[in-house]
Amino acid sequence: MEPQDVIKAQLMDARDLDRTLDRMARRIVELIDPGSEEARAFALIGMQTRGVFLARRLQAKIQEVEGFEVPVGVLDATMYRDDFRRRLKQPVVRETRIPFDVTERHLVLIDDVLYTGRTVRAAMDALMDLGRPASIRFLAIVDRGLRELPIRADIIGRDVPTMPGEEVRVRLHEIDDREGVWLVENPRAK
Amino acid sequence: MAETIDTADTATTSISALEHRHLLGLATYSAEEIQLILQTAREFREVLERPIKRVPTLRGVTVVNLFFEPSTRTRISFELAEKRLSADTVNFSASGSSVSKGETLKDTAQNIEAMKIDMAVIRHKSPGAPHWLTRCVDAVVINAGDGAHEHPTQALLDLLTMSEHFSSFKGLNVSILGDITHSRVARSNIFALTTLGANVTLCGPKTLIPYDIEHLGVRVTHRLDEALEGCDVAMALRIQLERQGSSLFPSLREYHDHFGITLDHMVRHPDLLIMHPGPVNRGVELASEVVDHERAIILNQVTNGVAIRMAVLYLLAEPPGEEESRPG
Repeated sequence: MEPQDVIKAQLMDARDLDRTLDRMARRIVELIDPGSEEARAFALIGMQTRGVFLARRLQAKIQEVEGFEVPVGVLDATMYRDDFRRRLKQPVVRETRIPFDVTERHLVLIDDVLYTGRTVRAAMDALMDLGRPASIRFLAIVDRGLRELPIRADIIGRDVPTMPGEEVRVRLHEIDDREGVWLVENPRAK
Repeated sequence: MAETIDTADTATTSISALEHRHLLGLATYSAEEIQLILQTAREFREVLERPIKRVPTLRGVTVVNLFFEPSTRTRISFELAEKRLSADTVNFSASGSSVSKGETLKDTAQNIEAMKIDMAVIRHKSPGAPHWLTRCVDAVVINAGDGAHEHPTQALLDLLTMSEHFSSFKGLNVSILGDITHSRVARSNIFALTTLGANVTLCGPKTLIPYDIEHLGVRVTHRLDEALEGCDVAMALRIQLERQGSSLFPSLREYHDHFGITLDHMVRHPDLLIMHPGPVNRGVELASEVVDHERAIILNQVTNGVAIRMAVLYLLAEPPGEEESRPG
């Protein structure tokens, strides 16, 4: 959690999150159809930071069930964000590493929370600069509403309508001290 | 086969923003700030390998390049970095401008201020000109070389190039060879390298090394063999041919005999890497075969220059109307 967070509710525990990811992995497999000719053209793109770990977990689950390895790329959309002129400090630019050509690929973009849609917009611009994907789909663990752009997720773990001032925190054991999803009140958010 | 990716080690810096508002020199930059710039530059280097080598990050930011002194690679490198970040750029060079009509730096600066410029990159023959500029304009100022004082982005790109070959600067042995007295590159490198814990040795004729420079925490020798013994990176500086008339050393030939790195040195020191801020005088600081040697990483330095300048512009750019009281 962030230092100022006041926890209002736990939305998912570790088991819920794992089941949600199982379900999402199956949805991705339906899209891919691993037996098909097209399957080789699929890839997962994890968005920094937690989307990357989610993408790897989904990759492992698909591998487990289908014996099919979907490549994973890592994307940091910081350079494409539109709120540069509204921030006091620059966010740290993190790694982008996509070890395959995105042109003609079917991409599944993966992030933890869908909110205003601005990050997804930035990510799509970044991917377009890397090539011409055949398609881009979007997956998020939680859709918290309050969209500011005409963007929706193709695969969603849970819809959680929130109020301004609330935040949704997805925490993963790979980088956090706990695992699960929480709804919090953050006094610093508008 | 899909590749697996490990990003767990990416967040290595301990700070997320620079303490300084300008980049005037590296003397006051902390190890954390320098590491943040290097880490950011590594991510921008990836952008330079894409089919579309341009990101919209600094859209709407206006940068002026004030080059009061001739410069090719630094100016081009800054211009490219600005364009790669989608900033709007204006160029200004001393020849063919109002400066040749007698305008002072202050008047030029105030005119620029009136044009609402966000960032200024300045190269000037007078040490301290960038510091002075910060007092007459609100723009963020980046020093692109001021007299014999500092050339911080050059030193940063040198560090980035070294970091591609060594995992840490702690205990790294770097020798800087040549005209230390007149070199802003040497000074910026000394500050940054000692801040990061490297051992710096200076080597050159007595006339070209400032008296008492050991105070900066460096070792001084006048023998090339001593400078190359146990050395990881040798950075040769350009002998400024225009100083030939000033009797600082007898002849270029004699300089090369005593301080020039030759193929023989490369054989005797099989791990030694060679760097040079350019432009190289072949056959003076470095024998021609050394310039083309596989362990000469001079062109890597040039590539890294654009990435470093992108990182510096990105980290220093600030939203309009924000006048934070950060130390200069």
